[in-house]
Amino acid sequence: MNKKDLLREEIIRRSGVNPKKCMKCGKCSGTCPAYEEMEFHPHQFASMIDSGDIEPLIASESVYKCLSCFACVERCPRGVEPAKLIEAVRLSVIREKGANRMTANDVPAMVDEETPQQLLVSAFRKYTK
Amino acid sequence: MQRIGVFVCWCGSNIAGTVDVKAVAEALKSEPGVVYSTDYQYMCSQAGQDLIVQAVKDNNLTGLVICSCSPRMHEATFRKTAATAGLNPYMVEIANIREQCSWVHKEMPIGTEKAIILGKAAVAKVNLNTPLTPGESPVTKRALVIGGGIAGIQTALDIADAGFPVDIVETKPTIGGKMAQLDKTFPTLDCAACILTPKMVDVAQHEKIRIFSYSEVAEVKGFVGNFDVTIKKKARFVDETKCTGCGDCVDKCPMKKNPNEFNMGMDNRPAIYIPFAQAVPKVATIDAGACTMLKKGKCGLCSKVCGAGAIDYTQKDEFISEKYGAIVVATGFNVISMDKFDEYAYNQSKDVITSLEFERLTNAAGPTAGKLLRPSDGKHPHKIVFVQCVGSRCENCAEKGKEYCSKICCMYTAKHAMLTRDKYPDTDVTVFYIDVRTPGKNFDEFYRRAVEEFGVKYVKGMVGKIVPEGEVLKVQASDLINNKQMHIDADLVVLAAAIEPDKSARPLATMLTASMDTNDFFTEAHPKLRPVESPTAGVFLSGACQGPKDIPETVSQAGAAASKVIGLLCKDKLLGNPCIAGSNELMCNGCSSCERVCPYGAITYLDKEFRMPDRTTKIRRVASVNPAVCQGCGACTVACPSGAMDLRGFANDQIMAEVDAICK
Repeated sequence: MNKKDLLREEIIRRSGVNPKKCMKCGKCSGTCPAYEEMEFHPHQFASMIDSGDIEPLIASESVYKCLSCFACVERCPRGVEPAKLIEAVRLSVIREKGANRMTANDVPAMVDEETPQQLLVSAFRKYTK
Repeated sequence: MQRIGVFVCWCGSNIAGTVDVKAVAEALKSEPGVVYSTDYQYMCSQAGQDLIVQAVKDNNLTGLVICSCSPRMHEATFRKTAATAGLNPYMVEIANIREQCSWVHKEMPIGTEKAIILGKAAVAKVNLNTPLTPGESPVTKRALVIGGGIAGIQTALDIADAGFPVDIVETKPTIGGKMAQLDKTFPTLDCAACILTPKMVDVAQHEKIRIFSYSEVAEVKGFVGNFDVTIKKKARFVDETKCTGCGDCVDKCPMKKNPNEFNMGMDNRPAIYIPFAQAVPKVATIDAGACTMLKKGKCGLCSKVCGAGAIDYTQKDEFISEKYGAIVVATGFNVISMDKFDEYAYNQSKDVITSLEFERLTNAAGPTAGKLLRPSDGKHPHKIVFVQCVGSRCENCAEKGKEYCSKICCMYTAKHAMLTRDKYPDTDVTVFYIDVRTPGKNFDEFYRRAVEEFGVKYVKGMVGKIVPEGEVLKVQASDLINNKQMHIDADLVVLAAAIEPDKSARPLATMLTASMDTNDFFTEAHPKLRPVESPTAGVFLSGACQGPKDIPETVSQAGAAASKVIGLLCKDKLLGNPCIAGSNELMCNGCSSCERVCPYGAITYLDKEFRMPDRTTKIRRVASVNPAVCQGCGACTVACPSGAMDLRGFANDQIMAEVDAICK
């Protein structure tokens, strides 16, 4: 198995999602609140992962722009769960050595009166291994 | 002792390619009972059949084993051949050495070995075969059509035109069904009422057709040719024979605020009502839940104004029993509930409607007299969004949507969009689609006209959510071709909701012992070759109860079902299948196991007198099989703990002999 296929297998195994179930209706991207922020949109994740075109996703900021709100998971008529695919790609990135998106040093700058602590906890969970 | 002939078919190279047919014929020659064995290129051809007939005569054969294709393919052919040769047709056994042997094996020695084993099993069975004669039963020359929509109407008309009496049972106060609610029909855009109402009148005036409106099927007993059906005529509190349909009662009724089912609840009707002007029968019906006279004993206005004296507050449900030879199911469809699709705000905004509601909004006889006005404020909508596949093609959400494509939505959405642009050119119309499916005569041309001539905007993508905000509906959707997210402030949103079989279909199927699929659509006897027959003999399928269908398809299927019914009713006697169960009364212990498992209700228990060895008589409870009802499924034979039940043609000792021959 070549590297491309290995990566595809790994993403599918990690997410537990079968992108082949996608019927390309685009409801995920229609419902996505972070759509304008993302270079690649939820339906593209499903389609690009299925075709093994994963490198551009790994290199994209989109994996961090996804809010993990799971609206796409809730509304997908085929049960594809695009947010889980995005999560799996993000893990491929941050699990590399030194690839944490956020470190403890970044936290003080983010804390202010307004920021709920839960947000920092979620961010840590999402952006670091 | 039987004198058996073995005939091994080459089927060209289909069998001979992987099975050494000569070796098979040779090996089977030495089996017990076999006196003749040969092979031939095409046993089913005229020459092959002549060869069999000649061999029977020359060798005084009493049983035949044909090693050929599946019995599903040619068993009937070879049974006829046996009959031609003077044998009982049930003295033929088929060894399937094609589908189950030559087609699945690649190597000649393995294929040949298996073919010989299958041949030996068939020989072992024929040794125990006995001649069987099918039973006869009479046919009641009357048909029942359940459902009075376009499917039921067409089927009833076609059967009645052939001269057989037909009864239509319709649960609503009028026949007409969903088609009566439609405005125009694709792809020719003729008005639904203009083509349907004359047919409804034809039904009413046909001397061979009786309509039981506001009625339901309460009980079905019997079998093909001899169904006993009880019809429940619900009390409508109006004497049908007296009511002239003048409508005076409808005008005078003070209880006017009841949702009008015919207009999808978008306006109100009185407690006493006639669903629409062209209703058949044109007879008023009192909604017992809304009438104060029936609820509290006060009012009685309709009775006072009725010149015909037709109002009868004491009317009770009436049960009618009738015999039928054939039953046609035409129970049709409904639009699924939108309650679970919160993202489309159907329950939050009156301006999010289903396509069937849109039909009523554009229908001249509808709540707005055909003017396209928003249900919320009666204003003319200038921006309309159509959403396709709402609840269709859903995978995980069985409790929310349906897995199948509802088939008709692409075309009616194109029709709605086109008609809106035609009548109101100042309206901006956008259709969100996943795929546009237009397989039908002049269908794709119709859809292209909507886009090219009428300027309907088709966007490939799905609406993600709809949020009512002030007067507008904020529609957020994806445009997959342009890879962008769209935000539209719409005045009206129309959801192409999936369709599902009518809720009455499931209990009806139980009554008829007709099978259904997981979606509650009736199953056909064969998906391609017997599409209008249920696997239950004498039960036929017409229209959307069998699967999503448009009007042209429904009408063709209705005609097909009618022709099958006519074919059945033309017969004076029906020949049954002789391969049915029979109970050995001496062994039966009266336990009822067989009665419980029989899916056709073919087994009853009788108290019978038996002479005992000590010369006394004793009354014992024993199983008795109705040969006209039994379909020969064999469920009873395996359920019977004492071995009293046996299936003729597939007797326990025959099956065991086959197994022994295979294992030898």
